[in-house]
Amino acid sequence: MVAPTIDREITAVVQAAIEKHGKNYDALIPILSEINHVYGYIPGKAFHEVRQQLHDPLNQIFVSEGQLYSLASFYDMLSTKPRGEHVIKFCENAPCHVVGGKAVWDALKERLNLKNGETTPDAKWTLVTTSCLGLCSVGPVLLIDDDMYGNVTPEQIPDILGRYE
Amino acid sequence: MAFYRSHVLVCVDPECLAKGAHEIVDALQDEFVAQGLIDEIQVLETSRIGGCANGPEIMVYPEGIHYHGMTADDIPFLVEEHFLKGRVVERFREVVKPVVDEELGPLRPKEVRVVLRNCGQIDPNNIEDYLAIDGYQALGKALFEMTPEKVIEEVLSSGLRGRGGAGFPAGKKWGLTRQVNDNPKYMVCNADEGDPGAFMNRRVLEGDPHSVIEGMIIGAYAVGASYGYIYCRAEYPVAVETLNIAIAQAREFGFLGNNIFGTDFNFDLEVRVGAGAFVCGEETALMASIMGKRGEPSPRPPFPSVKGVWGKPTNNNNVETYSNVPQIISKGAAWYSSMGTERSKGTKTFAVGGNVVKPGLIEVPMGITLREIIFEVAGGIKDGKKYKAVQTGGPMGGCLTEEHLDLPLDYEALTEAGSMMGSGGLVVMDENSCMVDIARFFMDFTQAESCGKCTPCRVGTRRILELLQKICDGLGEDGDIEKLENLCHEVSRNSLCGLGQGAPNPVFSTLKHFRHEYEAHIYEKRCPAKVCRSLIRYEIQAPACTGCMVCARNCPVEAISGERRQTHHIDAETCIRCGICMQVCNFNAITVES
Repeated sequence: MVAPTIDREITAVVQAAIEKHGKNYDALIPILSEINHVYGYIPGKAFHEVRQQLHDPLNQIFVSEGQLYSLASFYDMLSTKPRGEHVIKFCENAPCHVVGGKAVWDALKERLNLKNGETTPDAKWTLVTTSCLGLCSVGPVLLIDDDMYGNVTPEQIPDILGRYE
Repeated sequence: MAFYRSHVLVCVDPECLAKGAHEIVDALQDEFVAQGLIDEIQVLETSRIGGCANGPEIMVYPEGIHYHGMTADDIPFLVEEHFLKGRVVERFREVVKPVVDEELGPLRPKEVRVVLRNCGQIDPNNIEDYLAIDGYQALGKALFEMTPEKVIEEVLSSGLRGRGGAGFPAGKKWGLTRQVNDNPKYMVCNADEGDPGAFMNRRVLEGDPHSVIEGMIIGAYAVGASYGYIYCRAEYPVAVETLNIAIAQAREFGFLGNNIFGTDFNFDLEVRVGAGAFVCGEETALMASIMGKRGEPSPRPPFPSVKGVWGKPTNNNNVETYSNVPQIISKGAAWYSSMGTERSKGTKTFAVGGNVVKPGLIEVPMGITLREIIFEVAGGIKDGKKYKAVQTGGPMGGCLTEEHLDLPLDYEALTEAGSMMGSGGLVVMDENSCMVDIARFFMDFTQAESCGKCTPCRVGTRRILELLQKICDGLGEDGDIEKLENLCHEVSRNSLCGLGQGAPNPVFSTLKHFRHEYEAHIYEKRCPAKVCRSLIRYEIQAPACTGCMVCARNCPVEAISGERRQTHHIDAETCIRCGICMQVCNFNAITVES
């Protein structure tokens, strides 16, 4: 059960996102990204809200919840499952891999006791891999929320994570 | 205007941000407030002070002292020494030294910069910097001195070809879109640079966004388009921000909007941000994503120049293609086509990575040989090792060997050799790379990125990966190579878009040039490069081992036995081949055998 206060909040968040990106088909991905940014994922209720608020027979705009869900499940950066308070995105591509990325990845997994895509039981951390961030000259690279860390070594992991305590 | 006795510039490029540039800015502000200097000294955020290799980097004017490598904790000390006591802090001072490893350093031998000429030279967030170096003059020339047909002819005769990798002549594409009798028309810029290790377009977007915008406006004039989209991947937040600033400034100066330069030509532009899907770099998938759909490719024809965004004629080029255009218009097609080979003109940017001395971003003229790129521009193979192969064209490209080193950089020459130009990733591998493992690595990537729309790609890449994994695990059987070849042909022939069609390329090219490595894995259960874990074993060599027990103490599975001062032994059954023993041995007594 979603608490009624959260319901009202979702209504407002969706409304703000639609106002910002426009009431049109090409705004769907930006709108969903915006909601994802606020909650860390897209709550089921939000699909319902987006469908209702976008509904505009005069301008021939109809979207289904299924259509919205299919978008959210297609794009890696949109999540349909709740995520932790902080999301760690680790670049596991070749350029980071060859400069010691694997050791950093192992250290992260061990420290948080998580596998790729999992969230800690206290909902503090989510660990995922990301596609290449293009910061190959300072690899290995990881991203925590919107903060970038470069030239990361396994020894730095406790210190970096400690900044979010 | 306020007067400051000193200015402190802090580099806030992504590399420096990743190392805490914002914390440095905050710490500087706090400390200047604490010391009562805030009215005398101004802190400014800027781009590209140095190479960012030792970030964060700051520059203090008027002295011109360049500091780097400090953390926020060092700032109180730095402020006290430099700004209160007037003493230069040598510890953090950047001494001018030859550039070794950075993204974009001074011009390297044999480099020619056309696309990258402004990167690091101008402030990307200030349109006046771009105007000061003749920016938007090409647009003026096109609008006032040339007809749209003349612009297309100029681009066509310059020989500029699509820099996204496929190499379709840009002028021809523009001509096709112009011909179609349907309105409105759209311009699309593909900035969804997804190949791992390729970041040429990011550098251009962050360092010289107006060259891309100007190229798009000229293109729009030529094809008759009225609206444009730059589709940029969400992994490049700085590029998105820079582009948005640049577009707003271009609009303010009248380069975008209605009646550009007082003519009756109207064109406007917006940035579309992706949401993390590699396949969106494919043009039909990209356009689907712009329209708010799943980024799934659709069959061509109809080609985008006939039916693209919103079912209307759409011209789609990549970042590098557009950013070449202003210079072609202002300097002329003859200048551009004077560089390169008969079929491939101009320059190409590459992100060189892997086992080379000087990795990073380069721009070289077409026609240069791979040997020149690897051994002169990129400084040769690291640690004196032997060159083995170079992977061009990203995950859909192929591996080229020693015999291809003298191949000129040319779209057709690379394709004939079994690889492709691609968008510009270049991974150089030395003798310690296992080619089966490399093929598996790339297949792992394409398999994960397959959008799943068509069966050959969705299932085929999965099956190819499983076969490769089996061979790497030492479980390969007679007939697997043939099965692999068959499967690759099917996937490449029957897939809908370039992702599936190109996915088997790394397998094709490694099978062609390194078949003996596959055979060694399957028939001799041996990995010649000693990479594949299941096929290697660690051994302790008797004369070198001193019996110090360091390896035994560090072994996570207690696979090493032996008395103190006696030669140790590794039990192959228990060993998990993690390689820790080899790293910790002080006497180089542990070797890898296959």
